[in-house]
Amino acid sequence: MVNIRFFAVMKKLCGRENLEVKIDGPTTLRDILNKVEQDIPKIREIIKDGRSLISVNQEMANEDSVVRNGDEIALLPPFAGGMV
Amino acid sequence: MPNTKTAWIRIQEEDFSVEEETRRVRESSKRIGGIVTFLGSARDFSQGRDIQEMDFEYYPGMAEKKLAEIREKALKDYDIIEVNIIHRVGKISTGEQIVLIIVGAEHRKDAFRACSWCIDELKRITPIWKKETTPQGEVWVEQHP
Repeated sequence: MVNIRFFAVMKKLCGRENLEVKIDGPTTLRDILNKVEQDIPKIREIIKDGRSLISVNQEMANEDSVVRNGDEIALLPPFAGGMV
Repeated sequence: MPNTKTAWIRIQEEDFSVEEETRRVRESSKRIGGIVTFLGSARDFSQGRDIQEMDFEYYPGMAEKKLAEIREKALKDYDIIEVNIIHRVGKISTGEQIVLIIVGAEHRKDAFRACSWCIDELKRITPIWKKETTPQGEVWVEQHP
């Protein structure tokens, strides 16, 4: 099982804060996103339009990144820390 | 990373004292001859919108890790002695303090340069997001000049 976390506007666009995805063994982020499409059909479009980054275990990742059981994935929209 | 009052990297809901944090940096080394402070505060107007309130969300763990990376890189790349970074999260009203960066160095030039680099880098790599409440509704902010 891997846990996917949605932050800030991604939470609103995807309608949830978390999503758990079952995997049988090490796989790629691409395969995970394919599985997520069953719950959120437009996930890739939302990520692209929202210029969102993806992390695996708090490190930046891409669709070729390897994901293992217990890993934490996060969808990170553009950062906006600091002052206005 | 401990999120205590004595850590040099902090993400917290409560306000901070610029005076107290500056004193901590000044007293960390008697070699310090110059201190540069950047203080970010909440404006009441941005991108053509009146702002009533802001709400900062962050990715716990990753955000602290990124601030620690910024501090360590600044200490390595600039001729400085100490860096103190605090970012507030949660609901912040206009006029309140948001972010504080204090750099102590032997001389002013590297302190200015390092402080400027730290805030730019914070905005670039730290997973913190801001939602503004305006009369037109809530807006997640993406641009940060």
